Amino acid sequence: MNLNTSSLGDVLKSSVGDEVWSYVWPAIGSTLYMLAITTIFTFLLGLGLGIVLVVTDKDGIKPLPIFNAVLGAIVNVLRSFPSMILIILLLPLSRLILHKTYGANACILALVGSCFPMLGRLVESSIHEVAKGKLEAAKAMGTTNWNIVFKVLLPEALPSLVRSFTVTVIAILGTTALAGSFGAGGLGDVAVRFGYNRFRTDVLIPTVFVLVVMVQAIQALGGVIARGIARKRYLV
Amino acid sequence: MGTDPFVKIRGLTKTFRTRDGDVEVLKGIDLDVEKGDIFGVIGFSGAGKSTLLRCMNRLESPDSGTVSVNGVEISGLDKRRLNEERRKIGIIFQQFNLFDSETVFGNVAFPLAVAGLPKRRIKQRVDEILELVELGDKSRCHPAQLSGGQKQRVGIARALANEPDLLLSDEATSALDPQTTYSILQLLKGINRRLGITIILVTHELDVVRCACKHLAVIEDGCIVEKGEVRSVFLNPRSTTARQFIRIGEEFVREYSVQGGDSI
Repeated sequence: MNLNTSSLGDVLKSSVGDEVWSYVWPAIGSTLYMLAITTIFTFLLGLGLGIVLVVTDKDGIKPLPIFNAVLGAIVNVLRSFPSMILIILLLPLSRLILHKTYGANACILALVGSCFPMLGRLVESSIHEVAKGKLEAAKAMGTTNWNIVFKVLLPEALPSLVRSFTVTVIAILGTTALAGSFGAGGLGDVAVRFGYNRFRTDVLIPTVFVLVVMVQAIQALGGVIARGIARKRYLV
Repeated sequence: MGTDPFVKIRGLTKTFRTRDGDVEVLKGIDLDVEKGDIFGVIGFSGAGKSTLLRCMNRLESPDSGTVSVNGVEISGLDKRRLNEERRKIGIIFQQFNLFDSETVFGNVAFPLAVAGLPKRRIKQRVDEILELVELGDKSRCHPAQLSGGQKQRVGIARALANEPDLLLSDEATSALDPQTTYSILQLLKGINRRLGITIILVTHELDVVRCACKHLAVIEDGCIVEKGEVRSVFLNPRSTTARQFIRIGEEFVREYSVQGGDSI
């Protein structure tokens, strides 16, 4: 059903109907599944990457300029691929590991690969915002590098890290929708197969609506957590 | 240790490479500080006084020369030994550099936790030291809730937590108003008297040296141009920097009293 063949009223009516939602409900489940698993791996890899980038920086606590430059270049290369191309490139890797190039799990690998470099850079800049004096104070107290990272830099950067993380989760959601085109399933898949290929505007509307609600919810939650931490520290 | 001074600095040089070329910040500094002294290092901005101080706990690595504290040569230590020695040298900063993520208690407990003290011992020590700096009731506050003077008291408590032999003060009163500066200096003097901790304080404020220090060194363009007892330097300043400091101080007072303080 679309606006060329039906009235707006009919399209809207159909879009809240049982038939449409019988496609949308399962898609929501599989999008949330992909989002959750991708987020976990992106979080771990992105945080690790960000920490390594900061620590090995030429002004970092363990300067390794050549390593840092090479790592930075690799991150930049990964980030310059359009997500779609990167997903296509990473699918053979999924075949290698999971013996499959379709379905949610196969795409999660590709999604993580396309999202964690961004989080790495965001984590890097969040940590860079921590005042240098705090780092010096920690050093002067005889703090090991490990403790400087985990007891000073990360806790001090926490509100900013939460915001970076929120941005990333939303980017992951956008990329899962894109991955729908490559057999990942989920809302993106429904939107493409029904909404685009079959001109089903009545299916397109609820998928977009659900995505909008998800983005709003993630952003609101991230904002509440970041503000909550800052308020607890009396910084706002 | 014999007659060796508590802090002994010989031939210390440091050059910073900047975009606009090399800047020679320390040009061969020799300095002795006796145990139990409150030693002032005074100089104008850019004279190299902060860099000198920061070489003492190796926040800066000198290019050449040696720094030894209590017989240990700081400049030659590996990372692990350096961390151990650093725990015996407290430092306080102009900008306090407290951790916003921790409460006052957490800030003071930090160096103890890092040194691996058991929890119960930490609690005991933190309570004790917060009493000493008269912040016993602020233990659960966050740094952002405190005034500048209170923040610096937390900074002092944190620096003293590991019972150091030496306390370095990097312009610690420069961000504070005169009353607060005075009370912080009184606190430092009390600590020096009661605990026998040697204090080296770097400042560009003449009054700080006059109020707190027993000895001082005047640093000018990377060199120490004058050193001695505070009183004798004040009575008979020989270097141009010392004379300038004293003259500016006097002019300030004269101007201030003539104009009644309104126009300053």
